[in-house]
Amino acid sequence: MSDDELNLRSYQIPEELKGAVAITTLDRIYNWSRRNSIWPMMFGLACCAIEMIATAASRYDFSRFGMEVMRPSPRQADVMIVSGTVTKKMVPQIVRLYNQMAEPRYVIAMGACASGGGPFKEGYNVVPGIDRFIPVDVYIPGCPPTPQALLNGLITLQKKIDKESLRKAHWYQKGKSEPIPIPILGPDLIDPRQIPLIQELGQPKTHDVSSAVATEGLEAQHDKSLD
Amino acid sequence: MTNHWIETLTNHLSERFGEAVQPDSRPGYHGFIVKTEKLLEVFQSLRDELGFDYLSSVTGVDYYPEPFMEVVYHLYKSTGGPALVLKAQVPRDTPIVPSVVSLYPGAEFQEREAWDLLGIRFEGHHDLRRILMWEGFAGHPLRKDWREPFFEEETKPFKSRWPQGHFSRAEDRNPYRNNLSYPTGFDPEKWVPEKDELLYGGLHFAGEDSDIKTEYVVVNLGPQHPSTHGVFRMVVLLDGEKVMDLKPVMGYLHRNHEKIGERNTFLQNMPFTDRLDYICSMSNNFGYALAVEKLMGIQPPERAEYIRVMMAELTRFLNHMFSIGFLLNDLGAFFTPSLYAIEERELILDIFEEVSGSRMMCNYFRFGGVVRDVPEYVLDKIEALVYDRLPRKLDEFERYLTHNEILRSRCEGVGVLTPEQAIALSAAGPVLRASGVPYDVRRADPYSIYERLEFDVAYGIHGDIYDRYLVRIEEMRQSLRILRQVLKDIPDGPVMVGKPQFQVRVPSGEAYGRVEGPKGELGFYVVSNGKPNPWRYHVRAPSFINLTSLKSMAYGSKVADLVAILGSIDIVLGEVDR
Repeated sequence: MSDDELNLRSYQIPEELKGAVAITTLDRIYNWSRRNSIWPMMFGLACCAIEMIATAASRYDFSRFGMEVMRPSPRQADVMIVSGTVTKKMVPQIVRLYNQMAEPRYVIAMGACASGGGPFKEGYNVVPGIDRFIPVDVYIPGCPPTPQALLNGLITLQKKIDKESLRKAHWYQKGKSEPIPIPILGPDLIDPRQIPLIQELGQPKTHDVSSAVATEGLEAQHDKSLD
Repeated sequence: MTNHWIETLTNHLSERFGEAVQPDSRPGYHGFIVKTEKLLEVFQSLRDELGFDYLSSVTGVDYYPEPFMEVVYHLYKSTGGPALVLKAQVPRDTPIVPSVVSLYPGAEFQEREAWDLLGIRFEGHHDLRRILMWEGFAGHPLRKDWREPFFEEETKPFKSRWPQGHFSRAEDRNPYRNNLSYPTGFDPEKWVPEKDELLYGGLHFAGEDSDIKTEYVVVNLGPQHPSTHGVFRMVVLLDGEKVMDLKPVMGYLHRNHEKIGERNTFLQNMPFTDRLDYICSMSNNFGYALAVEKLMGIQPPERAEYIRVMMAELTRFLNHMFSIGFLLNDLGAFFTPSLYAIEERELILDIFEEVSGSRMMCNYFRFGGVVRDVPEYVLDKIEALVYDRLPRKLDEFERYLTHNEILRSRCEGVGVLTPEQAIALSAAGPVLRASGVPYDVRRADPYSIYERLEFDVAYGIHGDIYDRYLVRIEEMRQSLRILRQVLKDIPDGPVMVGKPQFQVRVPSGEAYGRVEGPKGELGFYVVSNGKPNPWRYHVRAPSFINLTSLKSMAYGSKVADLVAILGSIDIVLGEVDR
């Protein structure tokens, strides 16, 4: 958004004051200032992190869009770029980092792995998509996404911020925002929100029946959706 | 020559050990099968009497449904020569072998990996914990009868993927709709996760006793730490600022490369090798292609060999550039040097994109050649880089850095690894050579066309960070020298032997293909049983094994130097954790 756009069209600014004065709404200036200073967290997981570095480097240079400073601390970061394969061993740390970020916070799932497991989806230690644990704002396809694709993703995030409003922003609403429960490393990864389900499906006697019912139900649903 | 070599070895071993050492007579297999009781004795004799002082790779193979597993050792002489393969067969239900860590400390992490993934116990290993998965994980995933939660079929291509054009998602077949499975009767509320007690308990103060009792502090660096080059974690025991003990913790990027690789067909693994060491995908391709070509018994055409070497050397240049840039980042020169280093990387990536279609994940090599030819104008581009831009950049780097007072005072005499330590710890690549061991696979056990190329093996004297830096700079110069020869001599002709195929016929047997990757000896151990999929697919990852020496380098240094020492090893987590 240029300075012109910051100024509302309905107000005419005299020629000599252009560039110095703008008349606008609170929402607009709030979003305008936020969208132009999105600081990513310096947090690389895998291959995509290298492309993230390339995006930060001279040729693509995402500081043109205000992502100037990469912060190693989650407290100072606005956007978490999940750049790479999320493994079960790593996901507790990622959720913890997300919980430590201050609102407003955004998450970009960069690449196929972070979005849905990618080529490693079938692996026993791989979480098929970070959105199973933390809410994702922008998904970027690619393996790895080119720097241009990452820039496009960041611009998409800016557009999303443009549409937000102070009145509706959930971080200004009453009540506490609850942290996401940290997954536990058990015989397999345990999501604390799924404990009742695990208990129910893990019953030695009913195990076969319930899982059969569950899969049958799903298959029926699946067939229906194909028809 | 090789036959003669094997004969002498066989004679020596059968004289000394008689029945305990038998040549492996299965068709397509090499080396010797050693009885587990005699294993340590045989290793002792090989190391001390025959000079096989470098244990390159330790791994296991599960031969389910046959009732045994095999531990496979690849030994070399640090003066050069082909590999000696030793195997120890153990029953599947009680897989116990003696640990060789006392003879070859470099086996420490590899034995832990074999324990973690295959459940082979190494008796006498001082710290046999899981390394890639966490303590408490159910089962040993690389066993052939262990199935992952998203299991579909034993091997690809899966029949379920496109029945009548309809796809089905793995989530829909799993009761949790996720990549999860638990043992029957598992109650999460009663579960007590392991809180790294084993890890912290293993730290011990190894210093001299002094009268002043100081308190030791345990510091965790990582897995989210800006200087660990990814999701790597170090647990450090500090006395004041001095590092007294250190334990690397890895597995945060363990993407099950080997399990997936054993389900894939041979060719399907090629793009996965790109994602091992994601900075230098071309040399990973090279290693894997070599291993499978060895099994298939084919030789790529001349032009393809030249193209391969060209790509591998460009990769080496870009990797060393990158690693020096980030070493400076670790030293505190925040970001500016790495920005300089990345500049040339982009130009090399342009060439990769031009020939393969992708910047980073090139997937360019095929069994018996490369996927497509390099057009003339790309060769011109490479020439312009090799003759002008890259040497200029190197000179600029050297002008700024080599005699830089700050760099020298931070790097000289820090993180020293003696040559004896380096060989014993199975260090490879610039780390080994900087310690004064001029061991380069391109010269020690030549592959491809390196035998006819002129270049010198760069090596250091002191084994400190500064020498590692100098070795990398010199290797880049030698890479340019190789590139100049390759560009001059590259012949015309086909780039692929035979027709391109999706499914290759690989005769049964085993092969170990190794290349001198930018980070060190990159080896692929492939076992085929004649089917379209590899039975065993193991990667000897140089950055993983180089980390074994981190503790020796860091002992006694300051915690601020630790970051620089890690930077000088040059690890990539995709390769460390696979």
